[in-house]
Amino acid sequence: MSLFYAFLAIIRRDLLLAVRRRSEIANPLLFFILVITLFPLGIGAQPHLLQAIAPGIIWVSALLAAMLSLDSLFRSDFDDGSLEQILLSPYPASVLVLAKIIAHWLVTGLPLLIVAPLLAVFLGMPTQSIGVLLLTLLLGTPVLSLIGAIGVALTVGLRRGGMILSLLVLPLYVPVLIFAGNAVEMAGSGLPVDAQINILISILCLSLVLAPWPTAAALKMSVN
Amino acid sequence: MFLIPNAVVRFFHRMASPPHFYAFTDKVMPWLIISFVLLTGFGLYGGLYLAPSDYQQGDSYRIIYIHVPSAWMSLFIYMVMAISGAIGLVWRIKLAEIVAISSAPIGASFTFIALFTGSLWGKPMWGTWWVWDARLTSELILLFLYLGVIGLYGAIDDKRVASKAIAILALVGVVNIPIIHYSVEWWNTLHQGPTVTKMDKPSIHVSMLIPLLLMALSFKFYYLIALIQRIRIELLQRERNAQWVKAKVLELRL
Amino acid sequence: MPNNSTSRLQGSDLSCVRDDRVLFDELCFELNSGQVLLLEGENGSGKTSLLRILCGFREPDAGQVLWCGSAINDSQYYEDMAYVGHLNGVKKELTALENLKVSLALGKAGQYSIAQALAKVQLADFDDAIVQTLSAGQQRRLSLARLLITHNNLWILDEPFTSLDIKGITLIESLMTEHCNKGGMIILTSHHDIALPSVDVQRILLS
Repeated sequence: MSLFYAFLAIIRRDLLLAVRRRSEIANPLLFFILVITLFPLGIGAQPHLLQAIAPGIIWVSALLAAMLSLDSLFRSDFDDGSLEQILLSPYPASVLVLAKIIAHWLVTGLPLLIVAPLLAVFLGMPTQSIGVLLLTLLLGTPVLSLIGAIGVALTVGLRRGGMILSLLVLPLYVPVLIFAGNAVEMAGSGLPVDAQINILISILCLSLVLAPWPTAAALKMSVN
Repeated sequence: MFLIPNAVVRFFHRMASPPHFYAFTDKVMPWLIISFVLLTGFGLYGGLYLAPSDYQQGDSYRIIYIHVPSAWMSLFIYMVMAISGAIGLVWRIKLAEIVAISSAPIGASFTFIALFTGSLWGKPMWGTWWVWDARLTSELILLFLYLGVIGLYGAIDDKRVASKAIAILALVGVVNIPIIHYSVEWWNTLHQGPTVTKMDKPSIHVSMLIPLLLMALSFKFYYLIALIQRIRIELLQRERNAQWVKAKVLELRL
Repeated sequence: MPNNSTSRLQGSDLSCVRDDRVLFDELCFELNSGQVLLLEGENGSGKTSLLRILCGFREPDAGQVLWCGSAINDSQYYEDMAYVGHLNGVKKELTALENLKVSLALGKAGQYSIAQALAKVQLADFDDAIVQTLSAGQQRRLSLARLLITHNNLWILDEPFTSLDIKGITLIESLMTEHCNKGGMIILTSHHDIALPSVDVQRILLS
């Protein structure tokens, strides 16, 4: 029971911090919108082409936005010593780390869902695929946070962890990108997407259960 | 542990001690090199001269004697890396940590060779140097995973910490590789339809198969040789303050 | 809240190597209830490394740390210890009260309530102040207040007196004396000479 209390306390603390800092919420969101705006500028305002590659654009941008926001997951806790305190708690570090990841997703992943319909309209996506797009984002972005947490835990102690982080994390994002992008594309042509959604659900469950352990282990290693 | 015969346990304990490993590899190295040279000789002779040319692809298929064993090795070495990394994490065996990091560049090289030969093969087959074929794409992602491991190890100054880090990363990678592989297959069949399946032949003639297996074995020996050399260098570096290294250096100087 | 008068922390044959330099080798110590262990030595002599080994963050290159006779990972060690490092471990954007509430949630409730602890470190009027607005010494006292609100027996303190004024130092010394008199134990590093007249202080000089 008190473990649950600690879990909630961490979520509450991180949400409170995000509210007081604000930019943490705004930055990935702005990045997401900006990158998507750049695509029509880069390839020309060709509605058919844009419509065809819209699922890919949105998902790749979401991937990059998620990756850029990762650094804030443990950075400030690492810098001010709070991370040591969390790891020294008698409660299992993996559970507390999971709380941090959930809070981080609420702050950086969930807002993407809110602007995604707008961007889908920008790119001329068919209306029937917007629902599926939201569903894939809902299932996929937590996976990005969970997997990304492992990478950022491994690199948080490094002075220049940014580049190496993308090398560690992006290849692991491939399955989410494939299944989610594919589901949105299929939905656009009116085909069933149950298989992709089910696979995304199982990937989410798998990473919820498995990812906190290596993350906690990597954090212990990083604070040494 | 109680299932393993005592002699085996003792063997591993002795091997895990650096000086013993060093002395032991001194002795086995010539034999490994001889086996490697013989296997490669027979394999190449069988593959390039004895095996008939393919009725569809002519002689260009012969690149499989490099391409396929490299692709096998790329996965095999990743597994070795993850398993030895896990052993290092759990039992704190230094040698296992060193096996893990020493394997990474070798595995990355094999992955690169598989990609390179695959694209060479692709030119006569498909007319382009690169096709987003499922296997090549998986192989490319595997290369990124290897580069991540190597990059992470290089970025962390304290090499004991770095060994732990790459062990964790390799384990995460091992869980992901089947998922990545499966997702890429899925992606490929959906996007490309029934394109190139020339790479996996349903049946292969014995005169082609035997050289292929010989080459696969010779690549394993090459890996072993390269791995042992890397481990020896890494051991000397890490243990440069130990008594046995000093003795070794003095011995060489005389 | 020291409740176990038979607690004991032992280090046996500890050694630590950093970048080819042997910081210490075959270091042995034993710390019992009511005792203080003071680590002395110059900068870079391995004081902080030793503390981090004792916290379990870093593995010793040889030897082991035992809490009540068993390895720290197999015992109740993390329930019985509290650590204040050279980083304060408080969030600058939160108030003093919010910070302490999180610390309390992460551990088990100890001897004092949050209000009592704040009063003890003379921050009673600052519970609603954002930590950023506090002075360095006040922030340090806030991080030390964590020791009072959670259940613990062993304090591990890395330079606890940093940025404290003379009054602050005396205050912390009196808290440390109180802790030891109740059967607690303390390991600390310090550049200042500590004045704990009624406590059994062991010293280790690292060089």
